[in-house]
This record gives sequence, structure tokens and C-alpha cells, in this order.
Amino acid sequence: MPTSKSEPSGGRAEVHDLAVIGAGPAGLAAADAAAGLGLRVALVDAGSRPGGQYYRHPAPGLGAARPEKLHHGWAAFARLRARLAASPLVDHLPGHHVWAAEAGVPGDGERPWRLHATRGPEAGDRATVLARAVLLATGAYERHLPFPGWTLPGVVTAGGAQAMLKSSLVLPGRRIVVSGSGPLLLAAASSLVSAGAEVPAIVEATSYLGYARGLPALAGNPAKLAEGASHGARLLRRGVRLRRSSAVVEAHGTDRVTAVTVARLDARWKPVPGSERRIACDALAIGHGLVPQIELATELGAETVTGPDGAAALKVDAEQRTSVPGLWAAGETCGVGGADLALAEGVLAAHAVAGRPAPARETATRRRRRAFAALMAAAHAPGPDWTSWVTDDTDVCRCEEVPAGEIRAAVEELGAGDARTVKLLTRAGMGWCQGRMCGPAVACLSGDGGGGRADSRPLSCPVPLAQLAQLAGPVEPEQRRRD
Amino acid sequence: MDPLDLVGAEPGPARTVLFDGRPVPALPGQTLAAALWADGVLAWRTTRGGGRPRGAFCGIGQCFDCLATVNGRPNQRLCLLPAEHGDTVTTQEGHGHADLEV
Ligand SMILES: Cc1cc2nc3c(=O)[nH]c(=O)nc-3n(C[C@H](O)[C@@H](O)[C@H](O)COP(=O)(O)OP(=O)(O)OC[C@H]3O[C@@H](n4cnc5c(N)ncnc54)[C@H](O)[C@@H]3O)c2cc1C
Ligand code: FES
Repeated sequence: MPTSKSEPSGGRAEVHDLAVIGAGPAGLAAADAAAGLGLRVALVDAGSRPGGQYYRHPAPGLGAARPEKLHHGWAAFARLRARLAASPLVDHLPGHHVWAAEAGVPGDGERPWRLHATRGPEAGDRATVLARAVLLATGAYERHLPFPGWTLPGVVTAGGAQAMLKSSLVLPGRRIVVSGSGPLLLAAASSLVSAGAEVPAIVEATSYLGYARGLPALAGNPAKLAEGASHGARLLRRGVRLRRSSAVVEAHGTDRVTAVTVARLDARWKPVPGSERRIACDALAIGHGLVPQIELATELGAETVTGPDGAAALKVDAEQRTSVPGLWAAGETCGVGGADLALAEGVLAAHAVAGRPAPARETATRRRRRAFAALMAAAHAPGPDWTSWVTDDTDVCRCEEVPAGEIRAAVEELGAGDARTVKLLTRAGMGWCQGRMCGPAVACLSGDGGGGRADSRPLSCPVPLAQLAQLAGPVEPEQRRRD
Repeated sequence: MDPLDLVGAEPGPARTVLFDGRPVPALPGQTLAAALWADGVLAWRTTRGGGRPRGAFCGIGQCFDCLATVNGRPNQRLCLLPAEHGDTVTTQEGHGHADLEV
């Protein structure tokens, strides 16, 4: 897998048969399968090393002899990585963040897809990748529900704690409360305790009873259960307590978090008065599940479906085709369902792009895992009354420091009825992260439906203005800037 | 047990970076944010509005909370930048300047 052969700006790049955006489980499996079917593939990834979120691993300089200690499924990744490295048909472009995709004209060799990317962590340089078809495998980002104190240093995302541990072998503290909702909390807590942290509690907002309603989907997914059980067993062994139907309703501290208040929740996620108790900690890892990262596709008008948790995912057919001709999707972009599902969908998409029939094994895996994913999303969907723990002075938008009170005033006094209007009135969601951190929360506080709509964000990462100005042709810089 | 023991890490010699003038060790391959976490530092920016402390939140380049001035350049995401020997990191007050304009 030759690395970093992208063309500098203005260069005449090769037109690949397929450009895969994202080198997580979905993108890696797709690139591998597509190369196996004879396609020339560009594997474009923002990360500096392949693997995405699930297979994030220590930097080589750290000399980790046993990286599998922080991983389920490490062997599968190692095999995939070795095959890709040996393949002459795959060009891996690490450190390339695609910020806009221009659709090609299917069947017209003169008008391929054009992917515009920045290069490197400082986004200083740019590159254009050309391809006849594109697979969007950009994964997901975490959903957050704000609470007083969530902006304190030491409050980090569960996925972020996991990522910093897996890639740089560090912890945010020694005594780390893990809170929010969803299976990632168990995975994160399990890694944190194996790495030597104390986890005084995992605070999970749901009762986990939602899973009981989906017994057939559970029974069809023994591997998922085993993974959950192995996290569970490790956590039990270390005496980690899972507090169900509870939430961290406040983080305390001045310069950094020193304690949290945990309260029990009723069925609608309203804190039960009098149930509060304080837990001392020096870090807090939070997250309420994941939301598909699909803006490159929604910008092109791709159709979406709303999952049981209110999050929008790309609508795909049985061959992983989106509604945009020439654009495929696989993994979390089609709805959050975990690494095995992402692997299967990557393989299915590659076969479809190559015009081959879908392999039976992956088709069966997809059916089972999609059923499990729907169950999971429903079980962990935020309860309607979570906003009751958000005090008026809680900053909802971390970037622009917009407190909940301002958002409520925009709705109640100024009559804003949706997240878009609230955004224009308050600047919530208009900062650097482009609403990734606060989008779902702002939507809820605006009375704008469930866990997070596909809010149109024209650029998929902040881009120096100079690069926009250089962009000629169908992408019009001025119009494509955010509202 | 610590994270390095867990995976049997045998990193090369640490590099030294300067955080607000103070030397901080960084293992090869660690990001600047990771080196600061390992040193017990969780905040390296104050916000534009309330002047409140912030550090790494998402850990993967998405939230832009971990901005600081690195080698004189403001608004660098420390969770993405590998620590290089001699890097100087300075706590960033407010916005530095708007290089990462959206
Ligand atoms: C922070 C975080 C940590 C997680 N940790 C775990 C875990 O420990 N265990 C677990 O079971 N699940 C974890 N997950 C869930 C994760 O979504 C997995 O289910 C799995 O990695 C999904 O595979 P994927 O291929 O769909 O996407 P991902 O693995 O997320 O891969 C997507 C890839 O696309 C790249 N990308 C995104 N946007 C662009 C762009 N515009 N241009 C170029 N490249 C881009 C990303 O850099 C990434 O490499 C985590 C998720 C997150 C967000
Ligand atoms: S911690 Fe979120 S961008 Fe660095």
C-alpha cells in the first residue's frame, strides 16, 4: 500500500476506480475487498495511522509489545493492515481530511468525483483526489448532553479518553467516573481500569431494561454479548459499580473537576429529588452514544433516515448505495452499529462498486448486526426530560460559550422554533467544532426533535479561508460558508 | 499497572517540550496533549468570553477545545500534534488570532 501519493494542488492526479473516505473498520475492509476484486483504490483518511476509532493503536515510537491488550479484534486488524500494505492497488493517503466532495458524472470518464482535502494536523496544505466512485466511511462522532460543570478541565469524552489511551498511553486522571449512556461507556471503563485507573462508578442513564424487549436480536448476536460480558466481567472483578437509571447532574471544581453529583433518573430521565450523592474524582469521561458523521453526503443531497434515537444516518440500499449516484456508504455513516457491522458493510460496498454479487456471509452479518444496532439505539435514546438538569447558566455551546438560558430565551421570548433559528440568534453551534459537540443538545433545547438531526454543515472541517478562495468551479466559496 | 505496562511499551528516550517555560517530558509518538496529561496538566487555554480554563475534550481533533500556541503559532490542536523535541507550548488566552477561520 504505497503511502501519501496524493497530488499537490493543481497536479494531474490519477483517477482511481474507488476513493474510500475513512480508514476505520468499514473503509479498511472496503479497500481490501475492492483491491481483491481488481479495483484501484485511494484510501483517504484524516488520521495519521489506519484503523479509525475501533482500531486506534499506540504510535510506533511508543514501542508497544502488546497492543492487543487494549483491543478486541486486534488480530483481524493486523491481518487487514498487512494485506493492504502489500497491495499494489491501494494508495493510502493518511493525514488527508476531506472537507468537500464534488460529485462526478457516472460513466463519464472526463468528469470523475473530486475530493478536496487538507493535509496534516495544521491543515496547511491541500490535495485533490479523483475517482470514479466514492465510499463514505467516515464513522461517527459522540453525542453529548450538557450538564453544569461539563466544560471543566478533566471532563473528557468517553471516546476521547479511549482514544488518548489507545494512541498515546495516557489517562486524564487516576480516579475517573464514566457517565452517559451506551455500550461505549463499558468499553471505555474497561480500558481505563486495565490501564490502572480507578473507576468509582459507571453512571448509565438507561435501566438497560430496553434490551430485554429485543431478546431475539440479542440471541442472534452472540459475539456482541460475549464482548459485553467480557467488559462486564473485567469491571466486576475490579469492583466497578454500574449505576443504572442515573446521571451525573453536576461536575464540581474551579480549575478542574474534583467531584460529581450523581442523581437517580425517572423513566423520562428527570432527576429524582433527594437521590443526589457526591462522588470524588479527578476526571470524568462522558458520552451519550454516537451520531453518524455524514455531512459530506448530506451536502450533496443524499437522503437520510432517522434512527430510533433520533440521529440521522445515510439511507442506503441492499448494496450500500446512497441516493447520490456514484456514492456508497458503509459502517457508522449508515447508522451506528459497531466495528463488525462496519467490516461487513465495507466488504458489501466493495462488491457492489465492482459489480459483483453480495457475499452471503457479510449479508447475514449485516442483517443480524443491524437488528442489534436498532435495539441499542432505542434502548439508549435520550429520555425527554434530560434538559431539566441543564441550568440556565450551563454553557451548551462550548465553542461560543452560549448558556442554556440564552437558547431558552430565543425559543420562549423570540419564538425560535428550530435549531437553525436558535443558532442564528445565539451563535450556538457556530464555533470551531461546527456544532459537533452541541448540535444534538441545541436541537433538543429548541424543541427540534430527538437526539440530533442532520443539520447541514457545508464544510466538513474548518478550512483556512485561503484554501476556499483557491477553489474554482462548482463549489462556490461564499455560498458554501456556514450561515 | 499503568498504560505503558499494560501494552509492554518500550519507548525510546523522552523528548522535552516547554509548557509555559517549564520542561515537560514527552514520549516518542505522544501528542502534545498526551504529554501534558501525563504530566498532570489538564488545561492550556482560557476561553474568549468567560476566560475559563480548557484543555482536551474529544481527544481526536473534533472539538477544538485543546487549542494552544505552539512555537509561536496560536490555535493549534494539541491532541493532533506529535510532540517534537524543543516544542514550546504557551497557554492561549482568548483567540490568539483567527487563522483557523471557518
Ligand atoms: C472517539 C470514539 C472512540 C471510539 N472507541 C471505540 C471503542 O473503543 N470500542 C468500540 O467498540 N467502538 C468505539 N467507537 C465506535 C466506533 O464508531 C466503532 O464502531 C468503529 O470504529 C466504526 O467503524 P467505521 O469504519 O464506521 O468508522 P471509524 O472507525 O470512526 O473510522 C472513520 C475514519 O474516517 C476518518 N474520517 C472522518 N471524516 C473524515 C474526512 N472528512 N476526511 C478524511 N477522513 C475522515 C476518521 O479519521 C476515521 O479514521 C468509538 C467511536 C468514537 C467516535
Ligand atoms: S481535544 Fe478535541 S480537538 Fe483536541
